[in-house]
Amino acid sequence: MSKVAVFNQCPGSEVMAESPLAHQSSVKGGRALIVTEHAFLGHLILRGQADNESLKSAVLSVVGVELPLQPLTFVLNETTGASVQWLSPDEWLLILPAGQEYEVEQNLRQQISGHFSIVNVGGGQTLLRLKGDKVFDLLSKSCVYDVHERNFPVGKAVATTFAKATAIIRRPNEQEWELVIRRSFADYCYRWITDAGREFDLTFTV
Amino acid sequence: MLHIFCPYCGEHREEAEFRPKGQAHIARPLSPEQCSDEEWAEYLFFRDNPRGIHHELWVHATGCRKFFNVTRHTVSYEILETYKMGEKPKVTAESLAKGGRS
Ligand SMILES: [Zn+2]
Repeated sequence: MSKVAVFNQCPGSEVMAESPLAHQSSVKGGRALIVTEHAFLGHLILRGQADNESLKSAVLSVVGVELPLQPLTFVLNETTGASVQWLSPDEWLLILPAGQEYEVEQNLRQQISGHFSIVNVGGGQTLLRLKGDKVFDLLSKSCVYDVHERNFPVGKAVATTFAKATAIIRRPNEQEWELVIRRSFADYCYRWITDAGREFDLTFTV
Repeated sequence: MLHIFCPYCGEHREEAEFRPKGQAHIARPLSPEQCSDEEWAEYLFFRDNPRGIHHELWVHATGCRKFFNVTRHTVSYEILETYKMGEKPKVTAESLAKGGRS
C-alpha cells in the first residue's frame, strides 16, 4: 500500500480529447496494409523488483495475467484486451482498455508492497495496429531489427527503433503487429508510414 | 556498424540502439570530502587510453535502457564480451597475455 497521491488524468467525456494524430487525415487504400491508430488507451509504466512476490500477485489479480519475466515478451489478457510487457529486468509496460488506468493504478498500489513505482505515461505515447499481407514489407524497410518470423514469433515485443525513432514493436497474433510510438514522434511516424506504405496501397485510419 | 549483445535483452542489436559511456569500473571515492585535489581530479577527469583491451560502459539507449559493460579491442574494434553491471570481465589484458583468445 503506497501513500503516493494519485489523481485521475482522464478528464472524462465532457472534455474533448485529441489523439497525437488528430491533425492528420485518414488515408483510403486497399487491404494489403491497414494501419489503425488506437488512441487514448491506458499506458502505465510499472517498476519494481522481479522477485517481489506482491508485485507478481498484484499484476495477476488486477490485470489477470502473469507478470512476464522472460525478456522481450508480453502477455495479453484475451478477455479484457489488457497487456503486460517486459521492458527491462525491473520495468514493465501495461496497456489497458481506455479509461481503466486510474482504477488499475490504484488497485496495484493497494496490493504491492516494498519498493516500486507506477507512472501513467498515456499522454506520452500512442498505439498503432498494423495488419495485412504487406506489414512485414513495411516493417522490414523501416527498421533495422529483424522482423522475420524465425526471429519474431507471436508474443514477442522489442523496444528498438522504427524509422530511426524509438518505438516498441509487438506481435499480438499471427495477423497483427503493434507499434507503440512517442506522442512527439507520432506525426513523423505517420508521415513515414504513409510514404513507405504508398507502394502497398496503404489504408491509414486515425 | 557494430553488432552488440545486450546482456539484459539477451540478443544482438545494431550499434545505433546503443550509446558508449566511457571507461567502466570507475569507483566513486567513498568519502569525497577526504580526497586530495589530485585524487578527486583523478576520479573525475583522468581515463585510461589503452591500445588493446578496454573495458567500457555502454547503455542500451533505445532498448531496455540498462547500462552494461563491454570488453572491446581498441585496435580491431572487436567486442570480446559484454557483461552486466556488478560483474567482472572474463577477458582482460592479463588473461590474453597468458594465452587466451586474441
Ligand atoms: Zn537491452
